[in-house]
Amino acid sequence: MAPESEEAGMVKVKVKTQKKKKNKENKTRIVHANILYDNAKGEENPNRHFSDNKIKTTKYTLLSFLPKNLFEQFHRFANVYFVFIALLNFVPVVNAFQPELALAPVVFILSVTAIKDLWEDYRRHRSDTEINHMDCLVYSRPEKRYLERFWKQIRVGDFIRLRCNEILPADVLLLSSSDPDRLCHIETATLDGETNLKQRQVVRSFFHLDCEFDPSKYNGVIECEKPNNDLNRFRGYIGRKCGLYKENLLLRGCTIRNTEEAVGIVIYAGHETKAMLNNNGPRYKRSKLERQMNVDVFWCVIILLVMCLFTAIGHGLWLFQYGDKRPVFDVLSPEGANVSPGLSAVYLFLTMIIVFQVLIPISLFVSIEIVKICQVFFIHQDSELYDEETDTHLQCRALNITEDLGQMQYIFSDKTGTLTENKMVFRRCTVAGVEYSHDANARRLAMYQELESEEEAECPSRGGTLPRRDSVGSHQSARVVLRSQSTKSHRRTGSRAEAKRASILSKHTAFSSPMEKDITPDPQLLDKVNEGGSQLNFIHFHRQPMSQLPSDLADIIDFFVALTVCNTVVVSSPDQPRQKVRMRFELKSPVKTIEDFIKRFTPSRLTSGSNSSSTSSLVTNRSSTRGCSSALSSPSAESTLTKLDEEGSRLGGAGLLADFSPVPGGAELRYEAESPDEAALVYAARAYKCSLVGRLPDQVTVELPHLGKLGFELLHTLGFDSTRKRMSVVVRHPLTDQITVYTKGADSAIMELIKPPLTGKRQRKILCKTQSYLNLYAADGLRTLCIAKKTLSKEEYACWLQGHLEAETAIHGREERLFQSALRLETDLHLLGATGIEDRLQDGVPETIASLRKAGLQIWVLTGDKQETAVNIAYACKLLDPEEEILTLNADSQVQSWYGASTAPIGSGYIPGTVLVGSAHAAGATTPFLVHRLGLVIDGRTLAYALDKSLEDKFLEVARSCRSVLCCRSTPLQKSTVVKLVRNKLKVMTLAIGDGANDVSMIQVADVGVGISGQEGMQAVMASDFALPRFQYLQKLLLVHGHWCYSRLANMILYFFYKNAMFVALIFWFQFYCGFSGSSMVDQWYLVFFNLMFSAFPQLVTGTLDKDVSAHTLQALPQLYMNGQNSEEYKPYMFWMNMMDAFYQSLVCFFIPYFAYAGSDVDLFTWGTPITTLALITILLHLGIETKTWTWMNWASIVFSACLFFAVALSYNSSCPTCYAPSNPYWTIQRLLLEPRFYLLCLVTPVTALLPRYFYRACQGSLFPSPTKVGRQLDRSWRQTHGGNIFSLGNLASTSDPLGLKTAFASFNNPLPRYFPPKDHPQSAHSTLTIPKDAAVSAPSDPPLRTSEDHDQSTATDDTQSCLEVTKELPGVTEGSRVVESPERSALQRSDIGVSGWVSSTPPLLQKEAVELGTAPPGGRSRCVAYTRNWEQNQGSDPETPPVESRTRTQTKQSIAADYSEEDRL
Amino acid sequence: MMASGYNAKEEDGHHSGAPGNGGAGAVKSKKPDNTAFKQQRLPAWQPILTAGTVLPAFFVIGLIFIPIGIGLFVTSNNIKEFEIDYTGIEASSPCYNCAQNYSWNSTSSCTCKVPFTLEQPFESNVFMYYGLSNFYQNHRRYVKSRDDSQLNGDLTSLKSPSKECDPYRTSDGLPIAPCGAIANSLFNDTLELYHLSNGTRTAVVLMKKGIAWWTDKNVKFRNPGGNANLTVAFQGTSKPVNWRTPVFELDPNDPDNNGFINEDFIVWMRTAALPTFRKLYRIIQKKVDAPTLASGKYELEVSYNYPVRSFDGRKRVILSTISWMGGKNPFLGIAYITVGSVCFFLAVVLLIIHHKYDNRCSSADIPN
Repeated sequence: MAPESEEAGMVKVKVKTQKKKKNKENKTRIVHANILYDNAKGEENPNRHFSDNKIKTTKYTLLSFLPKNLFEQFHRFANVYFVFIALLNFVPVVNAFQPELALAPVVFILSVTAIKDLWEDYRRHRSDTEINHMDCLVYSRPEKRYLERFWKQIRVGDFIRLRCNEILPADVLLLSSSDPDRLCHIETATLDGETNLKQRQVVRSFFHLDCEFDPSKYNGVIECEKPNNDLNRFRGYIGRKCGLYKENLLLRGCTIRNTEEAVGIVIYAGHETKAMLNNNGPRYKRSKLERQMNVDVFWCVIILLVMCLFTAIGHGLWLFQYGDKRPVFDVLSPEGANVSPGLSAVYLFLTMIIVFQVLIPISLFVSIEIVKICQVFFIHQDSELYDEETDTHLQCRALNITEDLGQMQYIFSDKTGTLTENKMVFRRCTVAGVEYSHDANARRLAMYQELESEEEAECPSRGGTLPRRDSVGSHQSARVVLRSQSTKSHRRTGSRAEAKRASILSKHTAFSSPMEKDITPDPQLLDKVNEGGSQLNFIHFHRQPMSQLPSDLADIIDFFVALTVCNTVVVSSPDQPRQKVRMRFELKSPVKTIEDFIKRFTPSRLTSGSNSSSTSSLVTNRSSTRGCSSALSSPSAESTLTKLDEEGSRLGGAGLLADFSPVPGGAELRYEAESPDEAALVYAARAYKCSLVGRLPDQVTVELPHLGKLGFELLHTLGFDSTRKRMSVVVRHPLTDQITVYTKGADSAIMELIKPPLTGKRQRKILCKTQSYLNLYAADGLRTLCIAKKTLSKEEYACWLQGHLEAETAIHGREERLFQSALRLETDLHLLGATGIEDRLQDGVPETIASLRKAGLQIWVLTGDKQETAVNIAYACKLLDPEEEILTLNADSQVQSWYGASTAPIGSGYIPGTVLVGSAHAAGATTPFLVHRLGLVIDGRTLAYALDKSLEDKFLEVARSCRSVLCCRSTPLQKSTVVKLVRNKLKVMTLAIGDGANDVSMIQVADVGVGISGQEGMQAVMASDFALPRFQYLQKLLLVHGHWCYSRLANMILYFFYKNAMFVALIFWFQFYCGFSGSSMVDQWYLVFFNLMFSAFPQLVTGTLDKDVSAHTLQALPQLYMNGQNSEEYKPYMFWMNMMDAFYQSLVCFFIPYFAYAGSDVDLFTWGTPITTLALITILLHLGIETKTWTWMNWASIVFSACLFFAVALSYNSSCPTCYAPSNPYWTIQRLLLEPRFYLLCLVTPVTALLPRYFYRACQGSLFPSPTKVGRQLDRSWRQTHGGNIFSLGNLASTSDPLGLKTAFASFNNPLPRYFPPKDHPQSAHSTLTIPKDAAVSAPSDPPLRTSEDHDQSTATDDTQSCLEVTKELPGVTEGSRVVESPERSALQRSDIGVSGWVSSTPPLLQKEAVELGTAPPGGRSRCVAYTRNWEQNQGSDPETPPVESRTRTQTKQSIAADYSEEDRL
Repeated sequence: MMASGYNAKEEDGHHSGAPGNGGAGAVKSKKPDNTAFKQQRLPAWQPILTAGTVLPAFFVIGLIFIPIGIGLFVTSNNIKEFEIDYTGIEASSPCYNCAQNYSWNSTSSCTCKVPFTLEQPFESNVFMYYGLSNFYQNHRRYVKSRDDSQLNGDLTSLKSPSKECDPYRTSDGLPIAPCGAIANSLFNDTLELYHLSNGTRTAVVLMKKGIAWWTDKNVKFRNPGGNANLTVAFQGTSKPVNWRTPVFELDPNDPDNNGFINEDFIVWMRTAALPTFRKLYRIIQKKVDAPTLASGKYELEVSYNYPVRSFDGRKRVILSTISWMGGKNPFLGIAYITVGSVCFFLAVVLLIIHHKYDNRCSSADIPN
């Protein structure tokens, strides 16, 4: 019976399918349940066309491997070339070697690559098999139950049952869940790295199935999109009417959490799953060095052709001179014919290409690949790039651009999550226009810092935090005295200790370190909350209208309600992580239809309070999941509450504590938020005992002081998006029963939507005050959010709901319509308050930025944050220096205004420095020691104008002359445009670093993209070439590994060119003595294997291990990085120098044996073998000269190479007396080794050949030492002062022994003691040394400083505060703060000055600055110049209405308001 | 790549703080090993090339090279060498006529006598070389044109020589016995030396054994079918085009010096490196009581067979003693002296540089 009906159904379905297929074949996929077809043959299953769940990421099969791999390898042009040459050997007229032998290197190279590919493929195959053989429960119709199946057996249309913590095997449409809400939680960490849980819903038409889902009764047909790689998109229908959304789809690779069981039907399987479609392999980029190398390879080709042509012509002429009388040694062609000289020359040309092929280094490409793999290995292995907290280390995702890391010139960085930790800490808030400064909270944060510093005292301090703090603090203190204490306090970057604690506590809950969680409430606010709560309770209890509550208290209560409600935080309890806390009052789904709405919103359904006895109700609340709707506690309920707390309820009475002490660990609830701000706000609210207790799709349970648990019926959630910059929830307030909209969002977004306060001065004042506090927060570097609310009447709501529901069900343009609908709702808001959240700087960011900048890197920060916040973070992380002038570009609308602004600085000689810098750039010098004392701040809107075609050049000109550039409020697109612009126009190497999805485009555009594997998911990492756990690792990655990789590879490539040229030239010289016949005195075996074997290993070892300067010094002297930026190791002329040297050396290696054997009875190969030997020795010793670090591996490889040659030669020369035609070198080397002449040659030839280079290097070392050489000398002196144990020092900045460094610098640096008499008394050096020095240093700069300051005072009064002035005020303050600088820092500074002066005295480009730096007291001069410039600029600009300010800066309304309000406050 | 190594069967419930991600299997930390190699901290020697550090090396090289050079120079000068050009280009030359008329096609030999005088006696073994100039024995196609298997006595190669021998592979349908261009162009002048003293003309005894490498004579070159009967062994082969006698009659005097193991042939087959070369022809054994070659008048009798005029070649005979470092060649000695002096000079330059500039650096790096 059953089969019959099935058959009928099948036919029906089939017809349907065919019909549909005709219509939408290309657009959609139609999925049927497989169980319907279990009996049918395979070909009748409509799902048969879909790929199954077996994944195969391998490229090859056993059969296809050879052809496919070869085909791929021949995509590389060099391989084709070498094969062509090898094949050329098979043509008898032109062949130079034994054809089989000539094939050997090519075959060798190809097979090495093939073996590598094969191995990789095998690994993929193994992991595929492993994944394919994972188990999964699949419904089987005959058995009528779920059976275990392998993943690979799953097909589209199968029903699978998933249990908690299982991984999804395919993209599955969720049809049933054990969860009473028909929800299923998944963790998408493997997909996008986000650790928070995501909710997925059962398909709506299956929603009301109360009993367990029975697949055999399923007969729906699913129509959905074709497979695509968009993770956030899925649309379709089931049964033609019920829509499917991405909320219904469970993606492959995710893990089921918090849900006991879920059943779904497979929609996409195997390679068609979104996860697999998103999985693209590593990218191939070509590094700058490789591009340069390719140019030189091209030159090699030219040289090769010239040499071949020369030889061919020579041969023609040589033949021609004999005329018709062919000499006896000129062998006729095989047919006995006489070949004409011309034709001979043509043949010879081809022969010579074969003979000289070594010039195009066949092994170069392979060697480079090997070296790069080793470099990547070492970068991976660096324990200093390993982050213990997250157990991640640096990942190199692009294997072939390691050396680019050493050549970066511009860094484009994201701010949030990159420079900052993206760990949000609630700092302060303002409610109803009253600011609550949360001093206690600030003190608590201070405590964290103290804890840290204690811990840091044990390990060497990382240094440099204090001065930064001070500079930031002082910057603000000039304006807001009141704030200074709190600001000064502790925006300490998250320390290891704290982070470690956090990671232990909350390894699996994102965004909840104790620092974020434990917020000490402001007592004033807490009182008010309590008061509000109790009053509200009273009012509510007595059924009085809510409007009786004083508006400020109402606002406060609403504010906290908004904080708790208006988010998407999921609550879980720590003892059962990932187990959602249920606190259900009523089961209600969100409003989905109008009828539903009408039904539910009848007045009779006011179901608020029902219990009077709080104790009992609360206890029952705790035990039952579906209890009463709200719990009312009498004002005197505190005792019962504490009792409850003692009981340690499973639900966690977190917010129920009576005292102010932080919530004790054990029984607290955990909040899992999608963004860290949300969590921070929820934790903040909890500190005020307004805690979020539970969240269901239709209900949010909140516990309020005195009011107990309240269930807010959640009607809608309008999620956050970056266009609206806000999110809203629509709830029904349980107390008022009003429909309330709570909105939270960026201040700029919210402030515009606030209902204009028509009535009452109070509202206007609140608005104004809030705005001023917002500015204040922003100036403090806090992230600001505004909280607003709106109450809707039922009619209004119904009206909006209609539109919204239409939008929701719309098929086309659903997103757009939902967006519009949200806009309709979020208007006329009532401002509740604002919050300031601190996004703490990551560890070591200022130090990293400082040292990267010293390394000559231009750092641009591109952020989406608002300008004030960004500027302050920029100050905090030393991106902007209080001492430098800030150029702010804010254009309102007109392009012209901006145009004026952009031309002003350049055209009117705005700042002499700008012009100076510009000219310096024009001269082609990246001026490393000339510090541009200018910072540029530009906002997104202005950036849009600036990026316009007509203005981009001007913008770049301005930006380039600035020391740092800060782009605020920029969109992802703008970020990538900026990067592209700089990259293309300035022709510089760019690095983009970011952590979020909004940085992806920028990361992809830049030459090197770095992703921070932080908290914002994996998209940035996926797009990046390198993934770092922390920003500060960038320092070592660039300064050390980048430098090493670059210098190693550059030297290796140069050496390669030299080596090949040198060897080939030997044969070239011989052509003059063999009638240009293409003969070679080097045995063809040596010729073929010379590159491949004899000389291959040492250069690989050197290319992998050589360290020109130690890691230690490289980090201590970031200036050394410029070596790579300016491509010092591999300049175009160096190629030619190497070529010259190669020709010289080959001349020596050829002619010394030539003259030594001239006229003797030596035979061709007995003469050629010594030449080969000499060439090898010379080449190895040459490498020895170029090797900077000799480890045992270098020695071993060189010895090995030499031994290998002799071993091969000896065995080759004794193996076969008749083989190896034509040379047949039987017993040659053996005879040679008995000849004293051979040894004499081996002594004199390499010495003569290498004499010039050795001499040149020595002179260079003495006369024009490069910075790297100085670095190496420093290395050595360090090692000597530290008993050869340089590595105990660790990072210079954190060194435990700054004294040692000082002495090292001092001893190394002779000019230094003139200014710093060596008073490095032991121990006390820290304080005694630095303070007087700084005082002395600042002295010469005083007079100009005064002038500018005085001048400022006069102008400051009549003008609005501008950035320029602010910065000018600062130096005075910082001067004071400098005095208490940490000793390490000053040591560093001193050393910089000293070294830079020393270093730069040699490279001609740097000479000018060097002289100045060297002769003036260190530090004094640059400052002096900066202030003079200041002064000049003001002088120049004053007579007119301050043109600079007005033109460069169109102050926004907001900041004006801010300034006014600040003045008020003061 | 995804989900591999994941333990999916993790139990729900009592995780004490370490649930979720990674599961039990992922506890192992990814922290890199702290080994000197992986952290790139292998102990290393870091030479810094400056005038100061390099200076000693230059001095040492200079000090070593100059004495060696002087020693070599003296050794080379002690070698006695005498060279006679008998090409016969100049009309006054005794071989002028032979040279004018001779070509490869001539069948009879032309004899000429070249007189010469040795000023000084030659004491130890004297090596007699013939030398050719402008003869490109190192020409690529020439060098290839041989069959080593044939020369090693391989019977198959004897009958069908390698293609490399073309066009000297077959003649008249028969395989050429030593095939190829090298063999074909075998130097076939015969040189005899006579001492003229007191009017008597005594032949100097010339040793023809031991002029080839031992390995060539005994390993590389072998007659087909042993040395039994060469005429039979070489049956069915043809002599090289330019040869007058077949290979098994190269040395009529010594039957053991025939076929492929004829030493003159072997010497010729070892192709010279440079277009001007000499090849060992004979050895004059040292006498116990008298100098090997006393000073006085000598006469070289040449049977002039080898034409060199077509390529402007020269033919010479060289008489030379040898030392431990080979024949007379002052070059190495001069080279050593020159390089040594240059090093010395550069060392002085470096010393100046060092004194002027290096003291700027820390004194720490001077002791190397």
